[in-house]
Amino acid sequence: MASLKKVMEDEIACKEWFLPGNACCTGCGLEIALRWAMKALGPEIAMVTPASCLNVVIGLWPKTAPDFPQFNMAFAAGAAVASGFEAAFKAKAHKFPGKVWDRMTSICFAGDGGTTDIGIQGLSGAAERNSDIIYVCYDNEAYMNTGIQRSSSTPHGAITTTTTFGKDRYKKNLPAIMRAHDIPYVATCSISEPLDIYEKFKKAKSIRGTKYIHILAPCAPGWGFPSEDTIEIARMAVKTGFWILYEIENGVLTLSKKSKSLLDPSKRVPIIEYVATQKRFAGISEKTLIELQEQIDRDWENISKEIFCQEEYSK
Amino acid sequence: MIKPELKDFLQSEETKIIKGNEAAAYAAKSARVQVISAYPITPQTTVVEKLSEFVDGGLMPGTQYIKVESEHSVLASLVGASMAGTRTFTATSGQGLFYMYEMVHWTAGVRLPIIMAIASRGPAPPWNIWADFTDVISCRDTGWMSSFCATHQEIYDEILMSYKVCEDHEVLLPKFVAYGGFILSHTSKPVIIEDQDKVDNFLPPLPDEKGWPHIWIDPERPLMHGNLIMPSGFYSEFRMKIHDALIKSKAKIKAVAKDFEKTFGRSYGNGLIEEYKMADADVAILNYGDLALQMEEAVDQVREEGYKVGMVKLRHFRPFPVEDVIEVAKKVKILGVMDRATAFGSPTGGPISSEVKTALHGIKGTAMILPMMNGLGGREVSLEQQKEQLKILMNIKETGELPEDLLHGTLWHGKLEVN
Repeated sequence: MASLKKVMEDEIACKEWFLPGNACCTGCGLEIALRWAMKALGPEIAMVTPASCLNVVIGLWPKTAPDFPQFNMAFAAGAAVASGFEAAFKAKAHKFPGKVWDRMTSICFAGDGGTTDIGIQGLSGAAERNSDIIYVCYDNEAYMNTGIQRSSSTPHGAITTTTTFGKDRYKKNLPAIMRAHDIPYVATCSISEPLDIYEKFKKAKSIRGTKYIHILAPCAPGWGFPSEDTIEIARMAVKTGFWILYEIENGVLTLSKKSKSLLDPSKRVPIIEYVATQKRFAGISEKTLIELQEQIDRDWENISKEIFCQEEYSK
Repeated sequence: MIKPELKDFLQSEETKIIKGNEAAAYAAKSARVQVISAYPITPQTTVVEKLSEFVDGGLMPGTQYIKVESEHSVLASLVGASMAGTRTFTATSGQGLFYMYEMVHWTAGVRLPIIMAIASRGPAPPWNIWADFTDVISCRDTGWMSSFCATHQEIYDEILMSYKVCEDHEVLLPKFVAYGGFILSHTSKPVIIEDQDKVDNFLPPLPDEKGWPHIWIDPERPLMHGNLIMPSGFYSEFRMKIHDALIKSKAKIKAVAKDFEKTFGRSYGNGLIEEYKMADADVAILNYGDLALQMEEAVDQVREEGYKVGMVKLRHFRPFPVEDVIEVAKKVKILGVMDRATAFGSPTGGPISSEVKTALHGIKGTAMILPMMNGLGGREVSLEQQKEQLKILMNIKETGELPEDLLHGTLWHGKLEVN
């Protein structure tokens, strides 16, 4: 992983592209995700943001926090608009060769609702075309902007304003769905690991084709924890193995540093310790808790099998 | 056997015997569009097929063609491409346009001069894929301009004129160019494909590196668009400007139609409407799309029988040519307004007839209006039926009596007997 010292040598990374004075809640996980993504990407980008918290926290018109081209967009339109940027930059590079146009990166920065629910068709289409975009899902595990309604990314057992007694179904595994599109790059990040975010975005920027990056971004008001705990909560999600950090390059999965050691089940913090930090899991039943833990163990078993196969095969 | 004079005609370089849909594709090529995005839907499909042929065949160098997974993504991707400062094009029909609807509003809100050909078809259910303009007319209040074509040549010509009008910095609005599904989209007629230099000179240059005057994507001039705006902000004023630009575009349409006639020698009335034998007409029908073309023949034949009838072809629905409609309504005693589209529950049931009534409200000395409907869902409207429609109006003029079988004041002509 990149060291902080190395990142500090990067002039672009030292600048804040998402400016202070924006309208984020205190302890907003999204803000950290965006700031660190931008440190890696720099200003030669066009970003589309389908309906989500990000539409609001950037500032009410005419105030704007992003110091880069950013476009708010209809909910289901994110990936397609990014494809449109890409096409336009190619057309402009043809007409005005040798300029910035062939260096431009097209990005969609969407929430989990805009990605796993309403935006999934457009995203799947863009990925199938292997459109040269970076699609980012910042995942706060519910429709936070509209008032904490459940999304398909809401975890099992979590209370939202539309799952009064906790969600009965499980969190949709979108990175796995994106992997099935056979795109060159899929990665997961947590806002507790900013250097990992930086590195993965640097890599994504250098790859042609569709890149999908899914960032866990805890939401203090939505999840019910003190706003100073955001990073700690995100870290716990990784430590329990609930949120697994990895990247999949051309189909090959590699666990990232913070998740690697968790192949050993005894290294994983029990999910109850994570659940106990958040009000959204208040009153969770023992049955649900066991189901949650079983889901985590199952996910890890699959990853362990895959890594075992990789190792055996390369022998 | 091909007649010798037709043989020469077929061989001339710029004239092609093509389908209406292909005329739309040729127009996009002539306009040097930079980004195309499309999703197949009957009866639009041959537009996107022809464009694929052009782009894949290297006939449109530099043009990007995004083959998306849905119509919502069609317009979303073009919004992205157009915001970045490129000339864009797409085509759809009926259900496809309905699926785009959210982005239809968005496009006008960003003031992007995207041109969309519409091979119009009737809305389902029951499934219908034939000519009916309810699709494009359903987008009445979105801020898009919209026009109807009566001929294959007009599809090609109208798309070129539309780029010139819509990219005018005082307009900057998107536009639908509609024509009847199958009737024009899938029949073949000779179409003059103009010389590229001539088209280049006629059209404004492609957007320069900086993009449009009001929106751009440029790291050196970082801009954001579409932030939430409070009710006390300029929301209402932005909306007002769209309306203002649409109304003012009437003058641009007229000027561009004149310019087009000067450059290419083909005339489309004043751009907003075309009159046919209206000078001495007692009664007339206002019509649009391909049926307007056939009605010219009906007018001629009815005139041979001694009736002074005329026809007005409505070219633009948005902006609506209020002043021109008032003028033609002053020329005749009775004006039938024929719709090939529905506006359920509106004053007349037909969108254009309701619109005409609104335009004439409070204006003295204008014709009596008879709202009429025909040809919904591609139902054939024969020449004989159109002659009958004109004679119905003559009969009202002579007897002062309305037909008996009006449905809430509107004549549904050519309907089947329903038990």
